[in-house]
Amino acid sequence: MADCLLTTTRDMAAMPVPPESLQAGRNQYYSTRILKEMLKEVPADALKLLGVTEKDLCIPILTYVFGEAQLGGTVAVVSLARLRQEFHGLPPDRPLFLSRLRKESLHELGHTFGLVHCRSRECVMSLSNTVSDVDGKGSDFCRYCRAMVASGADAGRRGG
Amino acid sequence: MEKEVNILVVDDEEIVRDSLGGWLEEDGYGVEAVESGKKALERLPERSWDLMLVDLKMPGMDGIQLMDEVRKTHPDMLIIIMTAYATVDTAVKAMKKGAYDYFVKPFNPDDISLTIRKIVDHHRLVKENLFLRKELKKKYKLHDMISKNEKMLEIFELARTVAKSGSTVLIQGESGTGKELLARAIHDESPRADAPFISVSCASLTESLLESELFGHEKGAFTGATAIKRGKLELAQDGTLFLDEIGDISLKLQMDLLRVLEQKEFRRVGGTDLLPITSRILAATNRDLQKAIDAGLFRADLYYRLNVISIHLPPLRERREDIPFLVDHFVGKFNIEMGKEIQGVSEEAVRALMNHDWPGNARELRNVIERAMVVAKEHIITEADISLSVPPGGGNHRTKSLEEIEKAHIRLVLSENQWNVARSAQVLGIDRVTLYNKIRKFDLKRETIAPKT
Repeated sequence: MADCLLTTTRDMAAMPVPPESLQAGRNQYYSTRILKEMLKEVPADALKLLGVTEKDLCIPILTYVFGEAQLGGTVAVVSLARLRQEFHGLPPDRPLFLSRLRKESLHELGHTFGLVHCRSRECVMSLSNTVSDVDGKGSDFCRYCRAMVASGADAGRRGG
Repeated sequence: MEKEVNILVVDDEEIVRDSLGGWLEEDGYGVEAVESGKKALERLPERSWDLMLVDLKMPGMDGIQLMDEVRKTHPDMLIIIMTAYATVDTAVKAMKKGAYDYFVKPFNPDDISLTIRKIVDHHRLVKENLFLRKELKKKYKLHDMISKNEKMLEIFELARTVAKSGSTVLIQGESGTGKELLARAIHDESPRADAPFISVSCASLTESLLESELFGHEKGAFTGATAIKRGKLELAQDGTLFLDEIGDISLKLQMDLLRVLEQKEFRRVGGTDLLPITSRILAATNRDLQKAIDAGLFRADLYYRLNVISIHLPPLRERREDIPFLVDHFVGKFNIEMGKEIQGVSEEAVRALMNHDWPGNARELRNVIERAMVVAKEHIITEADISLSVPPGGGNHRTKSLEEIEKAHIRLVLSENQWNVARSAQVLGIDRVTLYNKIRKFDLKRETIAPKT
């Protein structure tokens, strides 16, 4: 993923999912509340912070989300729950699962670079509400979106 | 910020406003979220909203009441109703009141995405359609006709004035000078602009075809008339009927047309009912009608009836100063149509264009530029890209008039077809009556009789 984002990546110690983000009666976690907690934990030298969780995510008005990001901000979160074949009653497929995770992680991080959904189906920024949408789209940014990410990464390096 | 697509969310729950707003922004929409119907009505005039997402249950004004209020000032506003109460009753009520769709909270993200995309795509088509209609109209507006020539400017002024009246106008000028363009511009500047502009090319049809084309016919009026047909006079109702090449119609049709114009009524061929004429008549010809009258080929009374207002379009060679402007105009137009980026025409090429005689006038110039733009290899059209027609047979033809060439060509076709008029007319693409008229006009005689064997 690091080459797509034109920067370096590193892992951070896990943090607990904030309990107040649990949505009563839905067994799902409110992603916007998770993002709020993550914002408090962003290391000083980090340009962006991506959270990865097993929990199924939602926002109150939608039945589920694969992830959420601060548009043009710092933090993003993706959920593993619905990216697994098992969730859809199918046998496990690890390579497919990892490919989906990579796409959704890039997608949410793309939002933190200010990118909105891209009309190109080849682009990882194209809208995907279902796993078949995720599988159908490309695994990298299109030329236009990559340029936006590059200028964001440059500004980050300059400390802007 | 005003975006291409703007969505107004109305919900009394803060959590819904926040989460839906953020999610829609990721899709690139402009979103504003307010907490009540009252606030929504205040925001309505601030932007050109494309869609409203409205909660059904709100304190004070509920979703359906808000929808009624919005419709008073924005009857076409698309409204999606959101509700936590999944009852068929409320859904039916909202849809009956004209809601575009109905969503039960929480929504499936895929459902709402697809619905909004569908609306946006539809919206784009509507916008594009409006734009294209405007473009199409613009094409014929007088202020878009190009000239710096004093005579042409006077013509535009006159056309603008006569457009307002309902008078018949006769437009004369060589072919390619823009007679139909001017007629369309007069129509579009007139109070009839929203009614149809119907054009009939009188030279391209035989007498009987032209008759039924103009007046229409009843079922069974003649063999092959299997259904009722409305003529162009009827189709141009309240609009403008443009009779192109009026100088080419037969004497019989001239008489019929005169009667119709005088009485402002007509009958379909084979019909008995008199139908009123509500269209304005514009006519055009590339012939010298005065000469045609002298030769007995055109009725003087019809001429005076049509020639209430007379406009004579000068040939391009008499307004050479317009050539550079027209060239620029055509280059711009074809750049758009062909997706090219031609910047202009080289100096030598302009000189060549200025020195050409343009027998085909602006139409010929347009075709020459179109061809040049297809073959041009650079961003500039050079002299090599320009192909100017030289009359067949070399220099001495340059002094011949169109009429002389026409006469020679008709004589050739007639002799090739052993003076069989029907066949010759077919070859020439005109009707028999027109050919007879031309034979008389040019005083053509059969010189040798083919030996019978």
